[in-house]
Amino acid sequence: MNSIRRFFVDRESLAPALVTLFAAVFSLLAGIVLIFIVSKQPLQSVQNFLLAPFLRSYNFYYLLIVMVPITFTGLALCVVYQLRYMSLIVDASLYVGAVVATAIGTQISLPAGIHPAVAMLAAGLVGGLIGLLPAILKIRWRANELVSSLMLNYVFYFLGSFIILYYLRDRSQTILSSLPFKRTFLLPRLVPNTQLHVGFLIAAAFVALVTIFLYRTRWGYEIRITGANPRFAMYAGIPVTTVVLYAHFISGFLGGVGGAVEMSGLYRAFIWQMDPSYAWDGVIVAMLARRNPKFVPVSALFLAYLRVGADFMSRRGDVAFEFITLLQGLIILILASDRIVNYFKERRLRKQVLKSQGESR
Amino acid sequence: MERLSETDSLFFHRSDALQTLIRTEKLSKIYPNGTFANKSVDFSVLEGEIHGLVGENGAGKTTLMKMLYGEEQPSAGRILIDEKPVSLASEFAAIKAGIGMVHQHFMLVPSLTAAENLVLGKEPKRARTRTFDVEAAARITEELSARYNLPVIARARVADLSVSMRQKLEILKALYRGARILILDEPTAVLTPQETEELFVELKALKQQGKTIIFISHKLKEIFQLCDRVTVMRDGRLIASHRVADVDIHQISNEMVGREVRFEITRPSMAPGERVLDVRGLAFVDDFAIPKLKNVSFSLRKNEILGVVGVDGNGQSELVEIITGTQKALAGTVRVHGVDITNRPPSVIRRSGIAHIAEDRMTVGTALPASIEQNLLADRYWSRQFSTKGGFLKRREMSAYSGTLVREYDIRCNSAHQPVASLSGGNMQKVVIAREFTANASILIIAQPTRGVDIGAIEYIHSKIMEMRSAGKAILLVSSDLQEVMGLSDSLVVMHQGEIVAYFPDASRVTDKELGLYMLGLKRQSEDEIRKVLHE
Repeated sequence: MNSIRRFFVDRESLAPALVTLFAAVFSLLAGIVLIFIVSKQPLQSVQNFLLAPFLRSYNFYYLLIVMVPITFTGLALCVVYQLRYMSLIVDASLYVGAVVATAIGTQISLPAGIHPAVAMLAAGLVGGLIGLLPAILKIRWRANELVSSLMLNYVFYFLGSFIILYYLRDRSQTILSSLPFKRTFLLPRLVPNTQLHVGFLIAAAFVALVTIFLYRTRWGYEIRITGANPRFAMYAGIPVTTVVLYAHFISGFLGGVGGAVEMSGLYRAFIWQMDPSYAWDGVIVAMLARRNPKFVPVSALFLAYLRVGADFMSRRGDVAFEFITLLQGLIILILASDRIVNYFKERRLRKQVLKSQGESR
Repeated sequence: MERLSETDSLFFHRSDALQTLIRTEKLSKIYPNGTFANKSVDFSVLEGEIHGLVGENGAGKTTLMKMLYGEEQPSAGRILIDEKPVSLASEFAAIKAGIGMVHQHFMLVPSLTAAENLVLGKEPKRARTRTFDVEAAARITEELSARYNLPVIARARVADLSVSMRQKLEILKALYRGARILILDEPTAVLTPQETEELFVELKALKQQGKTIIFISHKLKEIFQLCDRVTVMRDGRLIASHRVADVDIHQISNEMVGREVRFEITRPSMAPGERVLDVRGLAFVDDFAIPKLKNVSFSLRKNEILGVVGVDGNGQSELVEIITGTQKALAGTVRVHGVDITNRPPSVIRRSGIAHIAEDRMTVGTALPASIEQNLLADRYWSRQFSTKGGFLKRREMSAYSGTLVREYDIRCNSAHQPVASLSGGNMQKVVIAREFTANASILIIAQPTRGVDIGAIEYIHSKIMEMRSAGKAILLVSSDLQEVMGLSDSLVVMHQGEIVAYFPDASRVTDKELGLYMLGLKRQSEDEIRKVLHE
C-alpha cells in the first residue's frame, strides 16, 4: 500500500499532484455545469457525457483507440519538458511519420509483422530528424524553439500533403486518399470485431521504455540534470549540446512511430484531410502527467474519456463537441498557474506555524 | 533558551534613556518551500543606536529584515513602530514608515547618474513645465551628500562609480526618502579594509544625527567596532540581545553556533611539490569589449594553496572560468601536468584532473530542483561504478555512495533524495564540496568556498581544504573574504583590473593593510617580483 502511494506521490510533489487532481475534477464539474446551462435536456446530456464508454461497447473501444496517438505525443513532450524545452515539433514528426509509413505501406512488399515494424522504424527515424530541427536552430542561432517548431509544423504539414497528393494518391477515389495499404502492412486487431488494434500494446510498451530511459539510464539522467540547470550540467562536464540533440531526436522519434502506428493500426489508407494536431493533446497529457512518462497512460485515458464523452453527447443531443476545448483550456489554465500550488502549500504551512507557536509558549 | 529578560530591557530603558523605535512581536515566517525562517521572533531596536544583527547564514536575519522592509509578509506575529502596530504590505509602506534598506546587491540603474538614481520615483519637477529637473536633482544629491558626509559624484553615471560610492549612494537614497531606520545587509562584504573603516566613520556620524541603524554582518569584529547593541539569531530564533560593552566575541560566536568555536586554522608546515598547473599569458575580453584579464601567468604546485586576492570584479571570476572551461580565453594557455587544456570543454578539463568549486553555488555549483544524490554524482554518473556498459544506472550503488558522502561531509538533510533547493546555504555548499573533493582531481580550483555559509560550516570547510592540501593537491583559492585567503593560503597573488600586481611567496608575512594598497591599485610590484610566481 505504501509503495503504491510512493509510486503516485512522493512527498515533494504532493501539492502539484493535488493541483492535477483538482484540475481534472474541476474541469469535469465545470463541464457538467456548462451542459446544464446550454442543453435543453441536461440530464440526458450529462449522462451521455459521463457514461459514454459504458453505454456502448463501441465507445469503450473507441476510448482506447483515441488514447494511442496522444500517448505517443504525450511521451514525446514529456522528454522535451524534462529538458525544460517547449518544442512542439512532434506534430510534424507524427504527420510526416504517417506519410513515411504510407509510402512504405503502399510501395514496398514485405512479410506481415515485419512490414509495419519497418514502417515504424523508418517513420521514427524521419520523425527524429525533424525533431532535431528546432533544437539545432536554438543551439546555433538561439531561435525560440516554440516559435520555430510551430512554423516548421506548417512546413512539414504541406510537405507531407504534397507527397501524398503527387506521389501516393489514389486517383480512383473522389476524396483525398492515398493508395490502399498492402494487407501485410495492417496491424492485427487486439479484440476481434472491434477497431482496437495492437498499436495499443505498442504504445504501452513505449510508456515503459521511455520511463526506463528517463529514470534508469545515464542518458535520461543527463536529460534530467540538464533540464534542472543547464549551467550546472555544463560545469559538471555533461555534454549539454549533445543531450539537447538526442532528447529532441527521441521526442521526434516517438512522434514518428505514433504516426506509423495510427496508419497501420486504424486505417486502410492515408485519409487525413488535415493535420490532426495530436501535439496539442500531447501538451495536455504531458502536463497532466507532470512530465513523468509513467503517468502518461492515466492522463491520456482522462483526456480520451473527455473526448469520447463529448463526442457521444454531441451526436445524441444539443451540446456541440467543441465544448471540450473549453474544458481543455480550463485544465491548462489551472495546471499552468503556480499560484494555486502555492496556495495549497501556504495554507498547510500556516497551520504548522501556528501549531509550533502554540508549542513554544 | 536565552532571552532578553524583562529586567534587562527595563535596565536598558533607564540607563540609556532610549525609546524602543521598532520591535516585533512573535514574528514568524514560513516560506512556501517549507523553510521555517523565523520562529516567534521578538526583536527590538532602540532609537538612535547602531544595532548589530548576527547569525549564521540561514539563521533568519535576512528574512527578518525583509519583513521589516515589507518585501516579505509575516506568517504570524506583528511589527510595531513607536509602539503602534503597523502593516508593512510593501516596500512603499516601509519607506513611508521611515524604514530604508541597503541591499547586498545594489538596487541602482547603472546607466543613470547618481543624482537620477537618488531621486528616482520622487523626482524634483520644474515649477512651470512639471518636467524632471535634472539640475535640482544634482543639487539635492550634493546637499544630502554634504549634510550626511557621504561623498558621491552627483553627475557621474552609476556604472562609473566605485562599489563603495554606490553603497553610499544607496544610503543617501534611503535618507532622501525620509528613512529614520536604515537597514544595511552585509555592507562590508564588498569593501576593502580601508573602505570599511571609512564606512564605519560615516555610519557613526549618521548615528550622531539621530538615525537608527540595523547592521547585518557575520564578521563579529565589525560588530564590536561599530555597534551599541547586538542581537544573535540562530536557526530562525532570536537567541539573545546584548549591549556590546557587556559581552565578548567568544560569547557571541558561541551563541551563533550553539557550541564552542575554534577561530584558528591549523596548518602544518609543508614544502610545496612540483608544478602541476601552468597558466601563461591569459587574456579575456567580456561582451562589452572591456578587458577582464591581461597577460595573467602563474604556476600552482602540489601541497600548495595559492590565494588570489582582489576586490570583486577584478578578473578573478574570469580566471577561474577559463581554467575550468566554462569561459573561453582570448589568448594564453592553461596546462595541466604539461598537457594543454586551454578552451577545452569542462568534461575534458575535469578528466584531466581539475575539480572546481564554483563561486555561485545557486546558479552554477548545483542544480537546485535536482536531488542531493543527483547533484553529488553529476560528474561521475558515467563511470563503471555507477553505470553498466549498457548505460543503465546502478541505482543501489548510487544511493549507497551518496549516503556515504552525506554522512562523511555532514550534509544535514532528511534523505539524499530531497532537492538541493531545500537545504541551507551551508549544507548546499557541503554538497558541492563533497562532490568536488572526492572527484579524484590533482588540482582544486576553489572560488568563494564560504560565501554566505554559516560559521560552523566555515570551520568545517576550512579544515577540509587544509586536508586536501596535506593530501598533495594543488589548490587555487579565490575569495573576497580577506581573513579567509590570508589564513588558508601559503602564498598570495593580488589582482587588480585583470592583472596580477603582486606576489607574496609567504602569506603570513603580509598585512591586510598592505594588501589593500595593492587591491586598490595604489601599489604595484616590479615585474621581476611578480614573475617569481611562475616558479621557473
